Amino acid sequence: MYTQGLLHGKDEDRGGPEPAEKLARFQERIDAEEKIEPNDWMPGAYRRTLIRMISQHAHSEIVGMLPEGNWITRAPSLRRKAALLAKVQDEGGHGLYLYAAAETLGVTREELVEQLLAGKAKYSSIFNYPSLSWADIGAIGWLVDGAAIMNQIPLCRCSYGPYARAMIRICKEESFHQRQGFEIMLTLCRGTPEQKAMAQDALDRWWWPSLMMFGPSDAQSQHSDASLRWKIKRFSNDELRQKFVDATVPQGHFLGLTFPDPELSFDDAAGHWRFGAIDWDEFRNVLAGNGPCNRQRMTQRQAAHERGAWVRAAAIAYGEKRRLREAAE
Amino acid sequence: MSEACDRAALAAPLFDYTLRLADTALILGHRLSEWIGHAPVLEEELALGNIALDLIGEARALYSYAGAVEGKGRDEDALAYRRDAGGFRNLLLAEQPNGDFAATIVRQFLFSAFAQPFWRRLAASRDATLAAIAAKSEKEAAYHLRHAGEWLIRLGDGTEESHRRAQAALDELWPYSGELFERDAVEDRLIAAGIAVDPETLRAEWQRTVSAVLAEATLVAPERAWMQSGGRHGRHSEHLGHLLATMQFLQRAYPGATW
Amino acid sequence: MSEVPMPLWEVFIRARNGLAHKHVGSVHAADAAMALQAARDVYTRRGEGLSIWVVPSTAITASDPAEKDMMFEPTASKIYRHPTFYKVPEDVGSM
Repeated sequence: MYTQGLLHGKDEDRGGPEPAEKLARFQERIDAEEKIEPNDWMPGAYRRTLIRMISQHAHSEIVGMLPEGNWITRAPSLRRKAALLAKVQDEGGHGLYLYAAAETLGVTREELVEQLLAGKAKYSSIFNYPSLSWADIGAIGWLVDGAAIMNQIPLCRCSYGPYARAMIRICKEESFHQRQGFEIMLTLCRGTPEQKAMAQDALDRWWWPSLMMFGPSDAQSQHSDASLRWKIKRFSNDELRQKFVDATVPQGHFLGLTFPDPELSFDDAAGHWRFGAIDWDEFRNVLAGNGPCNRQRMTQRQAAHERGAWVRAAAIAYGEKRRLREAAE
Repeated sequence: MSEACDRAALAAPLFDYTLRLADTALILGHRLSEWIGHAPVLEEELALGNIALDLIGEARALYSYAGAVEGKGRDEDALAYRRDAGGFRNLLLAEQPNGDFAATIVRQFLFSAFAQPFWRRLAASRDATLAAIAAKSEKEAAYHLRHAGEWLIRLGDGTEESHRRAQAALDELWPYSGELFERDAVEDRLIAAGIAVDPETLRAEWQRTVSAVLAEATLVAPERAWMQSGGRHGRHSEHLGHLLATMQFLQRAYPGATW
Repeated sequence: MSEVPMPLWEVFIRARNGLAHKHVGSVHAADAAMALQAARDVYTRRGEGLSIWVVPSTAITASDPAEKDMMFEPTASKIYRHPTFYKVPEDVGSM
């Protein structure tokens, strides 16, 4: 975005080895907790990593609108209807802020959306699971947003300015999302036996996928090193996952629910909840496109995009006509 | 007649009047909420969401008031979720399906061009609650009208395809615009009491707004149209039943539960 | 991609109690009127705004961060432009 604004133009990174001196100075800035801004020199790998991370995050918000959007028309009270609509709308907004942040790195929203719809971009695997009952809306807010918040707060201190600022805005808005979800779970758990069973069933289905949201264990993750060195990521996957489990298990017990993990137990000495083995096969398969809803999510996004093409074309055509008319005056 | 007598006598028409407004707001808001996840542009996901939230908010305020006026203990959810289609009093225009984006925009435009002057007049109502709701709703309707109007211009005067779709939508929805101006015994009672607005007094302004935007949009309003009617009296299109079946399902499947 | 991209607009909002417009992000829109509406719908949902500016991204000229030293160092050292450089006895009263 801002690169077009430079008066004297800018040398494009043409690939090839970057001067060690520039790389060292860049690392110094990172180590000094300086913010990197759109026009600053940055290693090609830093730029690429950020584009990947920010766009994946943006795609996740957009696809994330779908499992919850699925229940807006069936929300069981007007208050819940309004709250859910506002939450899903927020998610759309978050996607928008993130695409905007990615665009400062020299990529367009259209390119990113095209990658998503062509199946070339990743998004958070959690959204490939179906929302089967109203309790899922509670579980998604409580668990999925809870996990997302753990990831997102550290990102507010990310070294790249536009991403950090987008994350601050997102975190401010996000704070009601988890509370809304938990409140729904609480209402259900205090309700009729059928409602309580609905809540338990939702936890049974969403717990493990929520743990998988934090990504592969540190030993298996490809991207961690550079991301941590460049202060794009501030904590490791396993650290965040443990933090999430420790915060969430007591909440579930407060609700009177049980977790679908026979190995879940509190380690007094370490002060942590120990949990069972994650099924990384399932994770890999869902990432590879074999989750219950992958195709359905993409189909819906593709359909919306295609059906909207004539609308976008009309807006642009009108814009052109107007410019010509005004120029002629 | 004493004031208490007046209030009691007016309770029934006031309930009907308020319920009509509430139902229209809810049904239209619900229709717009169906666009979430399907909008043509991300910015429009948010815009349509905002309009839907405004309308649902209006509906909630109106339902609460209607329930209080009725005095039988029905709250907003009892009214929204536990009446069948025959009990709903919304305008037919509100329940028409979203169709394509052009149809949604035309529906919104025709409605908001009426809603804005309507709320503006109702803000002077002798009923303080309705006046307060109206004052807030007018600002919302003003924005809905601008949003829908700007889009209608761009669709009408955009590409050949968008023009065709916009014209088709206008032809299809125009017959539902007559109901906006209907007036019956309910309005008569309340207009006499300084509470309700005579919709006929809004026709000229609505016509001016609509004509101006259609002209800029290079669209043509149908010359003569048989106007559809019945929504305000519980005679709806086939669409409402399906809409309510979706909307009310959980409350019906789990009677008595708190959500 | 055969589709014409939507132009990008930068959004500046002045808050209810604020004195200056602040950059909050960007929106895609085909023209200025729609950009203003998009900015309102995206960036003022929590009552943040009293005034909105939208500017085509291409209209913004930015200083080159590589020239930071040349642009901003010299101005940082002219401390006589700041009131604290000047000593006025307290007896004179506030000045």
